Amino acid sequence: MNTFVCVKRVPDTSEAEVKVDATEKDVDSSKFSFDINDADNYAVEEAVQIKEAQGGTVQVLCCGPQDADMMIRMALAKGGDSAMRIDDPRINFSDPLQVAKVLAAAIKEQEYDLVLTGCWADDDGFMAVGVALAEELGIPHAAMVKKVEVEDGKVKAHRELEGGISEVVEITLPAVLTIQTGINEPRYAPIRGIRQAQKKELKVLKLDDLGISEEEVSEDSSLIELKRFYIPEVESKAEIIEGEPEEKAEKLAEKMVKGGLI
Amino acid sequence: MSNIFVLVEHRQGELRDITLEMLTKASQLAEKTGGETVALLLGNGVDSHAEKLTGYSDKVLYMDDPLFEDYNSEKYQKALVAFFKEQKPYLVMMGHTAQGVDLAPALAVELKMPFVTDVIDLEYVDDKLQPLRQYYGGKVNAEFSFKGEPPYLVTFREATLEVPEPFKSGKVEKIDSPLKEDIDYRKFLEYIEAEVGDVDITQSEILVAVGRGVKEEKNMAMIEELASAIKADICASRAATDAGWLPHDRQVGTSGKTVKPKLYIAIGISGAFQHLAGMKGAKTIIAINKDPEAPIFAEADYAIIDDLFKVVPKLTEKLQELRG
Repeated sequence: MNTFVCVKRVPDTSEAEVKVDATEKDVDSSKFSFDINDADNYAVEEAVQIKEAQGGTVQVLCCGPQDADMMIRMALAKGGDSAMRIDDPRINFSDPLQVAKVLAAAIKEQEYDLVLTGCWADDDGFMAVGVALAEELGIPHAAMVKKVEVEDGKVKAHRELEGGISEVVEITLPAVLTIQTGINEPRYAPIRGIRQAQKKELKVLKLDDLGISEEEVSEDSSLIELKRFYIPEVESKAEIIEGEPEEKAEKLAEKMVKGGLI
Repeated sequence: MSNIFVLVEHRQGELRDITLEMLTKASQLAEKTGGETVALLLGNGVDSHAEKLTGYSDKVLYMDDPLFEDYNSEKYQKALVAFFKEQKPYLVMMGHTAQGVDLAPALAVELKMPFVTDVIDLEYVDDKLQPLRQYYGGKVNAEFSFKGEPPYLVTFREATLEVPEPFKSGKVEKIDSPLKEDIDYRKFLEYIEAEVGDVDITQSEILVAVGRGVKEEKNMAMIEELASAIKADICASRAATDAGWLPHDRQVGTSGKTVKPKLYIAIGISGAFQHLAGMKGAKTIIAINKDPEAPIFAEADYAIIDDLFKVVPKLTEKLQELRG
């Protein structure tokens, strides 16, 4: 089983202040910490587990600048065999269909059975690249997968639906699965793996190397345009409880008891 | 060329609310484009769904075919590609749901449709559509525009609009299914129902909810003490169940449970829209989070913006004292 796993480097903005930069089409990311996108981390683990159970290879694929190399090396340390990074400033990350086109160009001439992506990116949240990639490759897919069973050239994918229900679909390989968080327990990279990862191949490619022209994947040829970013006004009706942490806790406790909340 | 099409979402015999939410938006837009709303329904034995939808759409078109018994992206895509060769809508809306995200991107690629996902609002200004979506977990709004020719395609976020009462009396038309035969490269096998756990959080009066901010499983002891002091049940955001601190049946949100307790105390939860959709019906919401920009505060009645590890133990202590 030869698997490609697509990964993205994203900022952790869960507790960070986010400011729109002067272009109004990006944010000031100078103070963010970056790491592998959460769902992609689960996809890497799933790919490695499939390899451990069935043999084969895991190739890590990423679109992005050199900053992503450390993240890619970590995926190699966890069990990836080799990696490709497509580094080209002309790639338009505001259009997931164009990103899918770039990834497809990197994969389509290779031997593969399975392509895994995270189902969701923590930064843009498009939830579109994996399924668009399947269409570009002309192969079937299943989105939001939280359990994978591979057997006899087919895969049973458990898709997460709303309300805790899932559906099981059977798909012929090769196929693309977009992986949901919680599907497995992502491992930490072992020290030995980290050392070995330094020696594994990490190819860096340009759009020209993939035989795609700038016209196919640039902002000009995109069918959508990001006009501007802005910080939404949060209309909160909340009563903000002030003071030192302990005072806040005491005031809240009093409100809960006297206000009949509990 | 000015009609707004909505792909009807239904599962296991039930129309899903997102369909009606989208038809509300579609109706507002159609007034501006001068077109009609069209609910497009694919299914098997769905006459009653079609009938019900006339209350929400100018037109209901439906394909009734045993091949549509259960949703299958490949069959839907084939049918829609054939259908959109005949019909030329201005805009097609699908839910940003497990179904929509599984179908829409592939359809957009095949038909080269200008496509924006997870849209929270759509304005029609100067004869142009402006889809609005979010980045960075809701901390940034992003205005998009479409280039190129219609039909345009969006997936629309669930629970953004209220589920409406019927507001139209439209016409139903049954149309032929373009599918000639079944496919074998993707097959629906079965549904697996939600896990049933020891506590049904949909019935809980008081819920203490934990999220990523709780950081480690060992910190759950602190949460359990608080919950026990006020006789609350404990539930979680996705991050906490993914990490294995609590079983999946305690997850609140679109992929988990929808809860409506009297009191919901969100601890270390930033408030991704999927989570908010599952808890905003709570009567009173208390949020404790150190990030002042956390979207959870937009839903809260009481907010403590501070380090939960300093606040929660003291809160428990004071509650124990006050309650004797």
